[in-house]
Amino acid sequence: MTSLDVTGASRRPFSGRRLRLGDLILQGVAGIAALGSLVLVGLITWKVIEGARLSISTFGLSFVWTVAWDPVHNQFGAGSFLFGTAVTSFGALLIATPIAIGVALFLSELAPRGIRGPVTALVETLAAIPSVVIGLWGLLVLAPLLRDHVDPALHSTLGFVPLFGKASYGSNVFTAIVVLTIMILPIIASISRELFLSVPGELKEGALGLGTTRWEMIRGVVFPYARGGVAAAMILGLGRAIGEAIAVAMVIGSFTGISASLFSPGNTLAAWIAQQYAGLPTPLATSSLIYMALMLLVFSIIVNLLAQFIVRRAARRQGPSR
Amino acid sequence: MSAADVGVLQRPNDRLRRRRAVNRVMELVAWLAAVLAVVILGVVIFSVARRGASALSLDFLTKPQAPFVPTAPQGLANAFAGTFIIVGLAALMALPFGVLIAIYVNEFAPKGIRNVVTLTLDVLAGVPAIVIGIFVYGLLVVGHHQSGYAGAFALGVLMLPLVSRSTIEVLALVPDSLREAALGVGAPRWRTTVGVVLPQTIGGVLTGATLAVARVAGETAPLLLVCSLVAPGTHYNPSQPLMTVPLAIYELSDSPEPADHARAWAAALVLILFILVVSLAARWLATRSRRKMAQAGR
Amino acid sequence: MSQTKEEPVAASSTIEHAVRVETKRQPLPPRERLEQVFDIQDLTAVYGSKPALKNVSMEVYKNLVTAIIGPSGCGKSTFIRCFNRMNDLVPSFRQTGTIRYHGQDIGGKDVDPVAVRRTIGMVFQRPNPFPKSIYDNVAWGLKVLGMKDNMSERVERALTQAALWDEVRDRLKSSALGLSGGQQQRLCIARAIAVEPDVVLMDEPASALDPIATQKIEQLLHELKSEYTFVIVTHNMQQAARVADMTAFFSISRGEEGERWGELVEYDQTEKIFTAPSDKRTEDYVTGRFG
Repeated sequence: MTSLDVTGASRRPFSGRRLRLGDLILQGVAGIAALGSLVLVGLITWKVIEGARLSISTFGLSFVWTVAWDPVHNQFGAGSFLFGTAVTSFGALLIATPIAIGVALFLSELAPRGIRGPVTALVETLAAIPSVVIGLWGLLVLAPLLRDHVDPALHSTLGFVPLFGKASYGSNVFTAIVVLTIMILPIIASISRELFLSVPGELKEGALGLGTTRWEMIRGVVFPYARGGVAAAMILGLGRAIGEAIAVAMVIGSFTGISASLFSPGNTLAAWIAQQYAGLPTPLATSSLIYMALMLLVFSIIVNLLAQFIVRRAARRQGPSR
Repeated sequence: MSAADVGVLQRPNDRLRRRRAVNRVMELVAWLAAVLAVVILGVVIFSVARRGASALSLDFLTKPQAPFVPTAPQGLANAFAGTFIIVGLAALMALPFGVLIAIYVNEFAPKGIRNVVTLTLDVLAGVPAIVIGIFVYGLLVVGHHQSGYAGAFALGVLMLPLVSRSTIEVLALVPDSLREAALGVGAPRWRTTVGVVLPQTIGGVLTGATLAVARVAGETAPLLLVCSLVAPGTHYNPSQPLMTVPLAIYELSDSPEPADHARAWAAALVLILFILVVSLAARWLATRSRRKMAQAGR
Repeated sequence: MSQTKEEPVAASSTIEHAVRVETKRQPLPPRERLEQVFDIQDLTAVYGSKPALKNVSMEVYKNLVTAIIGPSGCGKSTFIRCFNRMNDLVPSFRQTGTIRYHGQDIGGKDVDPVAVRRTIGMVFQRPNPFPKSIYDNVAWGLKVLGMKDNMSERVERALTQAALWDEVRDRLKSSALGLSGGQQQRLCIARAIAVEPDVVLMDEPASALDPIATQKIEQLLHELKSEYTFVIVTHNMQQAARVADMTAFFSISRGEEGERWGELVEYDQTEKIFTAPSDKRTEDYVTGRFG
C-alpha cells in the first residue's frame, strides 16, 4: 500500500467499499481487544466465584451474616466484616458529603477568580495521594491525635450514647471513618463542582432576577438541577469507601466481632482480606476470604450500575426540548 | 404582605434581614468547607514532607533493605527498582491493549457495542483493587508462585480502564472532518486511523497513560496478594516477587521500630513527589497537545 | 400589525404607519408632568478595560413603555442590566454615574441588590423557565420572597396577566419545559410579575420567538403598562414603533485605538424619533441607512 495516490484515486472509477487487508487487520485486532475487556471482566467474576466455591458450598448464603471467624473450628462468616464495612463506609459518606458539597459550592459560586484554580488543583491533589500514604499518616499521626485528644473528649461528653464508648488505642473504627472521609471527599467534591458549573447561567439569572439571595438561588435552581449527578457522585464515593482495603487495614485495628462503639477496633471486608495476605491455614479459610471478595465484587458492580442509572434518569428528567 | 412599596426600594425588614443572614451563614459554611479541605491536604503533605525529609538520604535511595544485617546502611533501593520494573511492565501491557480498545470503540463499533464496552470499562474501573488482587492470585499465583509478572498484570488490569477512557475521550475530540478528508482522497480506513487520527491524539494518550501510571504506582492491595513474599536483597527478575515502594511502606508501618517508621515516611515522600512530578508532566503534556490540536483545527 | 421583514427597506413609511396609524397612540403630556421612575445621570460602564457605555443621561417615566434601540454592540443590554444590578454578577464590570430609582441611588453602599431586583424585575432574551412545573415556576419566587398567602390566587393572577392562564390551567403540574417558546416566555413574564415588581425590564424578549408569539407579548405590554413600568430593549425598530411610548436611540462611538462604546444619541417620544428625529445618526438608523 503506497502513500495516498490522489491522481490514482481520480483515475480509478468510484468503486465504493473495497475491504482492504489493512482495514480487516486493524478492525480485527481492535475488536479482539474490546472483546478482551469483556472477557477480562468475565474472567475476574469467574475466578473469584471459583475461589469462593468451597466456602459457598459449605456455608451458603448464611455466610453473609454469620458473625464468626474461627479457623480452629472451621467456622467462618462475613457478618462482622460486613457490619464494619457498612459502618465505616456510610459513616464516611455521611461526613464527607456535606463537606464536599460545601467545597463544590465554594469552587463554583463563591470563590474569587484567583483562588478558584489553585484550590481546585489542591482538591484533586488530595485525590491523588495513594491510600498507603494516607494510611501511614492515619496510623502515625491521626490515630495518636484522636486517641489522646478527641476520643476521650467525645467519650466524656457523649459517652451515654453507646456509639461513643470507652476510648481505645487509636486504631479503631472512628479513625477508619475519618481516613475514609478524607479519601472520598475529593471524588464527591470534584464531580459536584463540575455539576454545579454546568447549571446554565440563564437559569441562575432567572432566579436572581426575581430578587432572591445567592443561597436561595442555589437551593432553588442549582441543587435541583444537579441532584441526580450529586447522588451518583455520592454513590461512587460510597463504592470507593467500600472497596478501600489498605488505608483502612492500617488504622482500624484487627477485630473480628461486632461492637457498638466507634472507638473500638473493628474490621471491614476489604481490610480483612488485605490483613490475611500472608496466607491462611486451611483451604476453607482461604475460600471464605475469597467469598468475601466476591461480596465486594458484587457490591462494586451494583454501585457502578446504580450510579449510571441515576445519571441517566436525571438526564432524562432535565426535560424534553432545549 | 403588600408589594414592595412603590417608589421606594424595599426597606430592610425582618424578613429580608433574616434571608440575608442565612445567605451569609451559608457562604461562611462553604468557605469553611474549602478551608478544611485545604488544611487536610496541607497537614498530610506537611507530615510526610517533614518526617520523610529527615530520613531521606543518598543511602536511602541507593542501598537496599537489609533486614538481617541491621548494621548495614538501610535503604529502599530494592523497592524503587521493583516499582520501576513492575509499573513499567504494567504500562507495557495496558497501553497497547487500552489504546486498541479505544480505537475499536471510537472508530469501528456500532452504538450498541460501544455502550456495552464502555459499560464494561466502567465496571472494571469500579472493581476494588483488592478484588483484582484476589483475581490475579487465583489466575497466576495458585499452583504456581508469586511473581513480579503477576504484580505487573494486576496493576495493568487497574490501568486498563483509565488508559482506555482517556484515549476514547481524545479520539472523540479529533474532528470528523479530518477523517472525512483523509477518506475522501482515497485513503483506506486503517490508514486514516493510524496515520491521521492517531498522531493527533498522541499527546492525550500519553497524558492518560502518565496519569494511570501515577495512579497505580501507589497501589498496594493487589501487590499484597501476588507479589509480597519478597526475598531480601535487590532483585530485578520479575518472575520472582519484587519489593515495591507501597508494599515497603505498608510493611514498615507495621513494625514497632521508629527507624522503620522514618523510612516509611521517606518512602511516602518519594512516592508523593514521584506522583506529583508525573501528574504535572501529564498536565503539561495535555496543555501542549490541546494547543497543537487547536492549531490543527484552524 | 406590520408584516415587513426584519431589515426595513422603505423603513420610514412603514414605521410612520406603525407609529401613527396602528398604535392609535395618544400623545403624551409634557415631560415635566410625567412621574419619573428612573433618573440616570452620566452613566459610564466598562468591562475591565473595555468601555461599554459612556455618559448616558436620561429619565424613565412611570407606566410607560420605554424602548432602547440601536445597532448591535451599542451597549443596550449592558444599559438595561444596570437598572437591576445584574451586571454585578460580572466580575470585571465597573460603573460610574448614578441611577436613581424614585430619588434613591440604586448603586448606593447601603442598597442591597437583592432588594433592587425584587422591585425591578427582568425578562430575558431567551425564555429561561426553571425545570419545575408551570405552577412551581411562578410559585417558587413567591415562596422564597415570603408572599405565601393566597398562593394559588396569586399564581392564577400572574398567569392571567401574562395571557397564559387559559392555555395552562389544566396542566399546572406539568413541566414548564414542555411549553412552546412563546408560552415559556409568557411564563417567564408571569413569574416576574407574580412578585409584584414596580418595573419590568425586558431584554429583547421576543427576539427568539416567532411572529405570532411576538405579537402576543407586544399585546401584553399594552395591557399591563397601566400596572407596571416597562423598559424594553429591542433590535426591531418596528416593534419599538408599535409598543413604545418613549424611545431611546443608542449608537456606537469609536475611539482612537479602535475601542467602541455606546452613547445615548436621542431620547424622545417614539413618534418623534421615528418621524422627525433631531439627530442625523438617529435618522440614518431609523431610515435604514445603516445598522
